[in-house]
Amino acid sequence: MEAGIIGMQLKETIIEPPKRSIPIEWSELWAYRDLFLVMAWRDLSVRYKQTLLGILWVILQPVLTMLVFTFIFNRMAGIQSGDGTPYPIFLYTGLLLWQYFSSTVNNSAQSMVANASLIQKVYFPRLIIPATSATTAFVDLAVSSVVLVAMMLYYGFIPQLSGVAVIPVLLLVVTLTALGAGLFLASLNVKYRDVRYALPFFINIGLYITPVIYPVSMLDRYPAVKTLLVVLNPMAGVINIARTGLLGSSAIGWGTLAVSLIVSIIYFLFGLYYFKRTESYFADIA
Amino acid sequence: MKSIIEISNVGKRYRIGIRRGYLSLREELTSKAAGVMRSFSRGDGIVGPENDELWALKDISFNVNEGETIGIIGRNGAGKSTLLKVLSKITPPTTGRIILRGRVASLLEVGTGFHPELTGRENIYLNGTILGMTRAEIGKKFDEIVAFSEIEKFLDTPVKRYSSGMYVRLAFAVAAHLEPEILLVDEVLAVGDAEFQKKCLGKMGDVAQAGRTVLFVSHNMGAVSQLCSSGILLAGGQMTASGKTNDVVDAYLQTISISRPTAGEAIASNDRLGIALKNVGLLNNRGEESPVLQTGTQGSIRLVLESASLQKNLLVSIAVNTLNDTRVCILHTRISGSPGVDLQPPATQLLCRLPKVPFLPGRYRLHVKVAEANGDTVFNVPYAAEIAVESGDFFGTGRLPDAAWAGIALVEHAWQVI
Repeated sequence: MEAGIIGMQLKETIIEPPKRSIPIEWSELWAYRDLFLVMAWRDLSVRYKQTLLGILWVILQPVLTMLVFTFIFNRMAGIQSGDGTPYPIFLYTGLLLWQYFSSTVNNSAQSMVANASLIQKVYFPRLIIPATSATTAFVDLAVSSVVLVAMMLYYGFIPQLSGVAVIPVLLLVVTLTALGAGLFLASLNVKYRDVRYALPFFINIGLYITPVIYPVSMLDRYPAVKTLLVVLNPMAGVINIARTGLLGSSAIGWGTLAVSLIVSIIYFLFGLYYFKRTESYFADIA
Repeated sequence: MKSIIEISNVGKRYRIGIRRGYLSLREELTSKAAGVMRSFSRGDGIVGPENDELWALKDISFNVNEGETIGIIGRNGAGKSTLLKVLSKITPPTTGRIILRGRVASLLEVGTGFHPELTGRENIYLNGTILGMTRAEIGKKFDEIVAFSEIEKFLDTPVKRYSSGMYVRLAFAVAAHLEPEILLVDEVLAVGDAEFQKKCLGKMGDVAQAGRTVLFVSHNMGAVSQLCSSGILLAGGQMTASGKTNDVVDAYLQTISISRPTAGEAIASNDRLGIALKNVGLLNNRGEESPVLQTGTQGSIRLVLESASLQKNLLVSIAVNTLNDTRVCILHTRISGSPGVDLQPPATQLLCRLPKVPFLPGRYRLHVKVAEANGDTVFNVPYAAEIAVESGDFFGTGRLPDAAWAGIALVEHAWQVI
């Protein structure tokens, strides 16, 4: 190969019909890292253009949800946090993580269809699109966490050291779970637009089968349901651990964390596998 | 030396159901259920998909050497764009193998990924990275891109406030500064104003001069002839010709058919005088029968008239209309000073020669009128034929005005400062 004739490494590309196993081309993903950054920045900067309240929306959504839910579920229905933690902060901790999860799932599930015109006109590693869409949700989480910190100061909570240290792991579990679901749904959505209609419904249901508005301890009467929920739904473990670590005093359930992490990795790998297997045909059917 | 692009036996099959658009889950389930039911009743498991398939490309093989500029031409649906999409890795081939030895950039659209809410500056970065540049590369060429686009003043304005001309200029400026070894371009020169088109053609020429390899899909035969050293003709997904650009362009022109009545039947006749119009045809600059005229070259319209007896001194005219019935011109024997037409039995061929076809590329309708010397109509045939005019180099510059503002015909002219 006549490499380096114009001072640039000549790259050889071979294009063939897709095989059954598709390796992830890490070097290619790395080569396109700038595209990831620029697209993430695009999504962020476009998001609140021509809005009056702009970034305030990020905070307004979870705060209003917290106010309404506290009134309905705490005052009216009498649900308590279970360990004496004030219900608003108990709820807000769960809501933050849940909103990060659900908007990542939602954004990435819609992302391939939303960027169909791009997919049909230019090649780049397709994984960049759903990965990018997770970043906006992450920024939202960071912004709305400010309210959580303020509430902790107000209620006088001092988090456990291990509780703070475990946050990155919790976020990793949420991200892996959400991207696993998101990648799977993004591929499915390209082929079957049913996803667009089904997803909001399932995200709504998800809020109830995840201990966001109630504590896991309320499930003690149904041990089978509790076990199933904690094992299959990594969000249950994550939210529970976050509450213990930030607001509680009892020890963090490391076993639960390990289970959640493993399950989230399985979900992520499944989503990734399905996405990679179908991605080459996105341009044909999007 | 190895070829920079090697394409062997590439085929691309679409399932028509998929191509038509997305399916809903219900449709898929019902069709699967129907398949299962059929296989039960027929006792086999085969659901014949054969008729749902379409080979958009079949058995395409060719090599391209470094520095060559290849024009890919063909009618709509011939597979040109599919070939570029396969080469750009946008869609995978169903069969075959392609080797590309070098950095590839494909330009299937100008302004891919442009976001209307973002400013020109932001979109340069967005579009540039989408096309495969790094931020550092864009940063290095930023000033050059801005200068090329001529939109300095609006760099910080959202592109949704741009005129379409500015939008295209900015988009092309980014694309023109890619530095790939292999450039794949689809029909993107058909946009922008004349001045900017000229600049883009120049830039494309520079790219080819710089030893880069270009694959260029276009309907503009003028541009293809000017830019490309060789060409490939696709028809129905298959390669039907390849070689020197001019030969391939000629082969392409042959494939554009005109609609004409079936042989044997007269288009119009006058039983009283025994005169009939049998055929309206076209001849190219070599006097051969041709399905089309080419802008800027010599061509003829040929009428075949039958007569039972000798007819002397007839008047003949051909009106040329666009498809929306704007009269382009009238070609008239007496007005042009040609002698009256004598018809010898049984048939006479009458040629109307156009030394330099002034029609823009497109389709036209011909109306033919024959009259006796005193002006009495022999017959008047509206829509006697529909003809196609193919793009060509009228001005000897490789350029034609854009159809949107070109008017209806080309006029030879010269400019001078006095």
